[in-house]
Amino acid sequence: MEIKKSEITRWAAMGPRAAFGMAVLKLYEEEPDFFVMSADLGSSSGLARFYSKYPDAFVNVGIAEQNLIGVAAGLAKDGTPVFATSFAPFISMRASEQIRMNMGYMSLNIKAVGLGSGLAMNTLGASHFGLEDMAVMRTIPGMTVLCPSDGLQIAKCVEASKHYDGPVYIRLSGGADIIYEDDFDYEIGKAIITKQGNDVAFIATGSIISQTLKAADLLEEKGITCKVIDMHTVKPLDKDILNSLTEYKLIVTVEEHNIFGGLGSAVAEYYANRKERPRQLMLGVNDFYPHPGKYEYLLNECGLTPEKISERVMETYAEG
Amino acid sequence: MTNKELEKLALAIRKRVLRMAYECNDNVHMGGALSMVDILAVLYGEVLRGIGKPYEERDKFILSKGHGALALFATLGELGILSEERLSTYLADGSNLCAHPVMEPEIGIESSNGSLGQGISMAVGMALSAKRKKRDYQVYTIIGNGESNEGMVWEALASAAQFKLDNFTVILDHNKFQNDGASEKVMCYPDYKECLQAFGYHVDEIDGHNIPQIQEALKNAHADNIPKAIVANTIKGYGISFMENDNSWHHRRLTQNNYEQAMKELDEQGYGD
Repeated sequence: MEIKKSEITRWAAMGPRAAFGMAVLKLYEEEPDFFVMSADLGSSSGLARFYSKYPDAFVNVGIAEQNLIGVAAGLAKDGTPVFATSFAPFISMRASEQIRMNMGYMSLNIKAVGLGSGLAMNTLGASHFGLEDMAVMRTIPGMTVLCPSDGLQIAKCVEASKHYDGPVYIRLSGGADIIYEDDFDYEIGKAIITKQGNDVAFIATGSIISQTLKAADLLEEKGITCKVIDMHTVKPLDKDILNSLTEYKLIVTVEEHNIFGGLGSAVAEYYANRKERPRQLMLGVNDFYPHPGKYEYLLNECGLTPEKISERVMETYAEG
Repeated sequence: MTNKELEKLALAIRKRVLRMAYECNDNVHMGGALSMVDILAVLYGEVLRGIGKPYEERDKFILSKGHGALALFATLGELGILSEERLSTYLADGSNLCAHPVMEPEIGIESSNGSLGQGISMAVGMALSAKRKKRDYQVYTIIGNGESNEGMVWEALASAAQFKLDNFTVILDHNKFQNDGASEKVMCYPDYKECLQAFGYHVDEIDGHNIPQIQEALKNAHADNIPKAIVANTIKGYGISFMENDNSWHHRRLTQNNYEQAMKELDEQGYGD
């Protein structure tokens, strides 16, 4: 997919769901050989233009996430890629056993897309937050788990997922910040170093990368230089990059997800059996359901603002 | 096939079900396998086209009530699609011929089943794919009345009607029992014909052990844009006197005595030989 410079800014600014809709539309115009599905959230998923223009490639099953995955499986049976979308908790948990059978056990070519994950659904409340989806999806054998961090990466992720023959969970979180100002190479399973530094290595995934980069700047003002890694593929993890971090005094995982079962857990699991392993600080939602509120309010409540991230890192770093 | 030939096929499938159950010396889902044998005989004997052909060219069958797998394997055995050698691995360590179907498109097992409610949903997707891609295969699925407790069954039923899938046929093997006993005592025992009509289906209610009635219901053409449902009234454990309507045969091991008596009964039936 050819991506123009003007699109990069526009896609990031429109937010993840609209960017997803745009990416799918653009991809379909080049490669009209896949289906997109919704469970009565087509317009909220940025898909209105897609289904008006290509109704034969779009399937709406109504508010029925279990059937969403079952019908996706039938459409994917001949190898056709199918993007099945709903809000993150509904697709990852309401339909988790359908995902297990069809995407895990039968390994069908479905791309389950969890919209508005993490804290993105802000004032809609915790019923709509995606705090457990990475954990659930990560335990499905054979599943690839992708968490794009900005509008451009969403487009890259959509394209790469479509070309990858197998089950994928795409986790779209919130925010409209630009992480990547220029086109870049995106490869599933290959993390991206977005900032270099020697004292602390941050590993983050999804839109929280934006807060993490700001936290790294604050730490640098205090003389602590930070590497920031965009671990956009949470499964399979980029082992090469993890192996390269063993000399760091501290690594810090940051995620908009419960501290149990997500990126932090995945990284800790990887290091657990290794001789050389760095100390790890795990930042995320500390095993509770945040109160409803604006995104900034939620980041604050969860200790995930740049200031709070940098304070928590300083404390641990100071312990030596 | 003639009625007689289909009856003979059904009898042969029942005998094979018993033989496989006896030889594996393990608990098997007997009652729900025997209740749908006649339906499978007609489906495989003369309805399904293109078994073994490429995806676009073959009709699809999904056993949504996956615990009936023994009857499906026995049917594939009678048709020579599954070899005797493979059939002898039923319930053996590492064999895909376990208590529920494991996907193997080469022999027409389109889906891995065992989680109730899911097969019918995949069947809807396959039928929808044919419509969107202008392919002319038909999709058939058998669901159970116990399975119909699952909300997902109704999600799938609604969607096939919404999508106007006149290449989709759902067959309800209505044997009136489920794991914990009679369905009327366990959970919701509605008039399925009325329910399915309300959902927008053309519905035939038939005796699920009457070969001509099964043939007629399966072979009637679909009305345009309307999916088809067949409510097949069946008897759990059908064909073996001591198994019929005895729910202890839902999942049970066959003793030598059971086996000999059951085979004797089937030999005596003989279906007009």
